[in-house]
Amino acid sequence: MKAYLERISNGIVKENPIFILVIGMCPTFAVTTSMMNGIGMGLSTLVVLVLSNLLVSLLRPIIRDQIRLPAFIVVIASFVTIVELMLKAYLPSLYDALGIYIPLIVVNCIIIGRAEAYAFKNGPVLSIFDGIGMGLGFTVALSIIGGLRELIGAGTILGIDVAGNFFTPIAIFTSPPGAFIVVGFIIMIMNGLHIKNESSKRVESCDGCCASCGQNSCSDRTEEQKKA
Amino acid sequence: MTDLILLLVSAALVNNVVLSQFYGLCSFLGVSRQRKTAVSMGFAVLFVIMIATAVAWPIYHYVLDPLELEYLQTIVFILVIAGLVQFVEMFIKKSNPGLYTALGVFLPLITTNCAVLGVALTSVQKEYSFAESMVYGIGTSVGYIIAIAVLAGIREKIENNNIAGPLKGMPIVLFSSALMAIAFVGFSGLIS
Repeated sequence: MKAYLERISNGIVKENPIFILVIGMCPTFAVTTSMMNGIGMGLSTLVVLVLSNLLVSLLRPIIRDQIRLPAFIVVIASFVTIVELMLKAYLPSLYDALGIYIPLIVVNCIIIGRAEAYAFKNGPVLSIFDGIGMGLGFTVALSIIGGLRELIGAGTILGIDVAGNFFTPIAIFTSPPGAFIVVGFIIMIMNGLHIKNESSKRVESCDGCCASCGQNSCSDRTEEQKKA
Repeated sequence: MTDLILLLVSAALVNNVVLSQFYGLCSFLGVSRQRKTAVSMGFAVLFVIMIATAVAWPIYHYVLDPLELEYLQTIVFILVIAGLVQFVEMFIKKSNPGLYTALGVFLPLITTNCAVLGVALTSVQKEYSFAESMVYGIGTSVGYIIAIAVLAGIREKIENNNIAGPLKGMPIVLFSSALMAIAFVGFSGLIS
């Protein structure tokens, strides 16, 4: 039981995908215009993450090492399609709000990264809890960013007006530049408090996402080239 | 013709791929340390988007649509793009080593770049014709090249300055991007 709880707290706090690992930035920036969208995106990703972790873990004996990445992509893309169709049928308003970013969950590095780094090496039950932990960590991060942007940019939280006469909302925070500003401030504060995160690694690397997803990293490849 | 030019300008400047749609953000932040690498990355993205769009459009309109399998588009597109990029990489490596040195390093990294899948899905969603899809792809890539080249230029200047502790690394890059994004919001009145 302890190992399962450890997986969940690991995903939310110790290895939070957004604040500590700094991966999967594309949906983080794009859909956090309001807290509700952030939660919706977070939960959709959670469902895909749990199911893909489970299936990848179960398929471990069958998938050969050389073809694991294409196999992960097929598994993930299938679950993303299922989630997309479910949202379209049961939550059409959320489906419209998230739009193209739902199919783009396929290329979210958190999911393929967890398949590679955890589910492909561990049992199904632990992998499910790892998926829940990481998914909740992602949801919490998106809700915080979405909540801040909604509060400052529109003066509301979850659609409820809280600004009143206290302050005038700054509309730029709900538009694209606001995402850069809010995330920039959060990472700056974390750096100031000396909370260890991998953001500096991300801006140094060849490609922040894919290098961490088990594909050949940039340095390997340039060395390979020098040899050739 | 006017429509195509408007589409090109709107994809490149008004709805800039990185600064307003946030596709390909990881490579935008990750590969923008030096102008030279950044521009090569930009052209590699242009190259892959062109190929991916040229293949994804016929697959959707001549295979998936007639068979009423539209819901498989995400799976089919990502697989086709991933396979194609691998194939093109091998082909370039053998046939044109010079081009491989310039673009090849980036090709596998682009497979999981949102921009490529994003363009393929958007052109299907908006029911673009083949010509429109290609122009949309070019516009998106040009927008990506502009954004990443400008950010790399800014970052080369930042290197020589003394940045306050907590701002070092990611935060200063994000704030620079925020200022660029604000500048690009100015283009929104360009096309009504």
